[in-house]
Amino acid sequence: MSTVARFHIDHVRFLDPQGEALGPLPDFARDPAQLVPMYRAMYLTRTFDAKAIALQRTGKLGTFASALGQEAIGVGVASAMRAEDALFPSYREHAAQLVRGVRIEESLRYWGGDERGSDFAQARHDFPNCVPIGTQVCHAAGAAYAFKLRGEARAAVCFLGDGGSSKGDFYEGLNFAAVWKAPLLIVVSNNQWAISVPRSAQSATATLAQKAIAAGVEGVQVDGNDLVAVHHVAREALAKARAGGRPTLIEAVTYRLGDHTTADDASRYRDPAVVQEQWSFEPLTRLRNHLVGLGAWGPDKEEALARECTETVNAAVEAYLNTPPPTTAAMFEHLFATLPAALVAQRDEALRFTPRKAGGQPGGDHG
Amino acid sequence: MAEINLVEAVNLALAHELARDEAVVLLGEDIGANGGVFRATVGLQQRFGAGRVVDTPLAETAIVGTAIGMAAMGLRPVAEIQFSGFLYPAIDHLINHAARLRNRTRGRLTCPLVVRTPCGGGIHAPEHHSESPEAMLAHTPGLRVVMPSSPARAYGLLLAAIRDPDPVMFLEPTRMYRLFRQEVADDGEALPLDVCFTLRGGTDLTLVSWGAMLHETQAAADALATEGISAEVIDVATLKPLDLPTILESVARTGRCVIVHEAARTAGLGAEIAAGLAEEGLYSLLAPVQRVTGYDTVMPLSRLETQYLPSVERIVAAARKTLEAS
Ligand SMILES: Cc1ncc(C[n+]2csc(CCOP(=O)(O)OP(=O)(O)O)c2C)c(N)n1
Ligand SMILES: [Mg+2]
Repeated sequence: MSTVARFHIDHVRFLDPQGEALGPLPDFARDPAQLVPMYRAMYLTRTFDAKAIALQRTGKLGTFASALGQEAIGVGVASAMRAEDALFPSYREHAAQLVRGVRIEESLRYWGGDERGSDFAQARHDFPNCVPIGTQVCHAAGAAYAFKLRGEARAAVCFLGDGGSSKGDFYEGLNFAAVWKAPLLIVVSNNQWAISVPRSAQSATATLAQKAIAAGVEGVQVDGNDLVAVHHVAREALAKARAGGRPTLIEAVTYRLGDHTTADDASRYRDPAVVQEQWSFEPLTRLRNHLVGLGAWGPDKEEALARECTETVNAAVEAYLNTPPPTTAAMFEHLFATLPAALVAQRDEALRFTPRKAGGQPGGDHG
Repeated sequence: MAEINLVEAVNLALAHELARDEAVVLLGEDIGANGGVFRATVGLQQRFGAGRVVDTPLAETAIVGTAIGMAAMGLRPVAEIQFSGFLYPAIDHLINHAARLRNRTRGRLTCPLVVRTPCGGGIHAPEHHSESPEAMLAHTPGLRVVMPSSPARAYGLLLAAIRDPDPVMFLEPTRMYRLFRQEVADDGEALPLDVCFTLRGGTDLTLVSWGAMLHETQAAADALATEGISAEVIDVATLKPLDLPTILESVARTGRCVIVHEAARTAGLGAEIAAGLAEEGLYSLLAPVQRVTGYDTVMPLSRLETQYLPSVERIVAAARKTLEAS
């Protein structure tokens, strides 16, 4: 008998939960000019999140999936992307989307039940939120192939959850990208829960990163609450991808501090005491402490940032609430490049039966 | 006897069958400790154990695929697909295997499987959570497709589906889950599959519908009654195989028919029923058959869903059209 394969998986972490460096840091991690924008993006994400939940609770937004506790992953990865790369998010990656230039009011429109929210003014090549779990991995692999075929130095980046890593689409997309040596980065945001199903019931493997090994892809596990670690591994993976390289799978270990969505009540299936413990690992405090240690941050800056984020979010909420209602005709306008003749009568019927005050209120009750 | 809503009736039927037959096994996402995202399986894992009420990893292909293997080996799996918009990964297994295992093996192996899944819109749900896939399932030879429209029919039809020796797709209209309560006795009495239920008698026209749209259909019948028009209302209930004789018999008396469904119009089941009337009931028709359906559009997000869903006004207008035609 002989051993024909062996593997190991690295776990990357630079800052401990208090924000103390555990060893030598990458250059960017000592550069406030690079770190502060990422801290700001994380703070904005959290401010937006809290506001979106408040809007949902007051009937002004539909079901919403919070990124509370996972901000470092989206921000750390998206900040390593270039404008010409393409993002394939799940439904919980507004941290990444905000960095990509998706506007808060666009995100609110989407969660408020309006397709216009997926017609991003910026980030025109980024895919919209993906609700059918895991399917985006295949789309991202195909996009990466397109970039490679045309010889473009671009990468596709997709996000999914720990639950999503159980889907066939995940394995299949990963495998295709590996066979094609396509410039793809897959990020599994392992927040320990798929609604009520814990990570332990999702997969019998020690890590999710090692799923890459079976596909011949490099897999790495990173502390997803350490912005420095996330950004570092994402930069390396994207540099490799853009250099005509290969796919990478990053498992970013984090914890879902909120309910699955506003339609969920996590107290039914998990102990609030455990959630409380997890707060000591959350990513904002960690990065803030590090910035304070660098002499780049303090209470004044924190206060000013809080004010600024609140203003930004409030202005976006205004814009969202003042959006004219979607029209009935819009249901038909974007099905095909041109409306087939057979659908004209249906559109006219829909218009005939539209009450004067149609288009619904922003939001709705649940899902 | 307790008054319960439709989702509680589903829970009652599942509990009844789990207690009655140890071969019954539930599997799906979040059906255990969480009791299902709609609470359809609440309390069942505590009562019957994690071996029989199984929280699976997140993969619809494997939920239905493994359920087929279980069914062929003597279990009675009841798989839950969290929303029918997430049923599509399992279509391969449904069409290529569940629906034809009996036929392929000339009856040697069978597939007594139930796949439960919520369907339909009107609850302001997120994207892909409001699908009406019944016609594509009904188009598959070898699948039975059932959709209840009241707590009592949910209880009785689900018992029948679980006891049936063949695969049954059991589509539960989310909008009806908590719409009204009804007295349902937990007596283990199944209702018959493969037959329509006539919900109210009438003489002037026949309204045919299923699932949540029966709410609007009944309201339309009420509105018509205030004008002295008597509408018979039929709940198709088992969409495949279709009980055409009940519909034909009704239309033979009324001479007029309006079919109402939430799913998109083209190749919807309304077309199948209308074709059946054209083939076998043409001479009793006094007016062309009308369909009131969802449009051939993608199910819109919540802000436009009321414009998409067939309204009472549209049903009444179609009914009037049949009455004006002669
Ligand atoms: C194919 C599919 N099945 C089921 C669902 C319903 N659903 C939405 S989120 C979710 C859990 C996803 O967990 P995970 O992948 O870990 O991502 P997280 O929500 O934790 O970010 C489920 C089952 C879905 N959206 N798509
Ligand atoms: Mg998760």
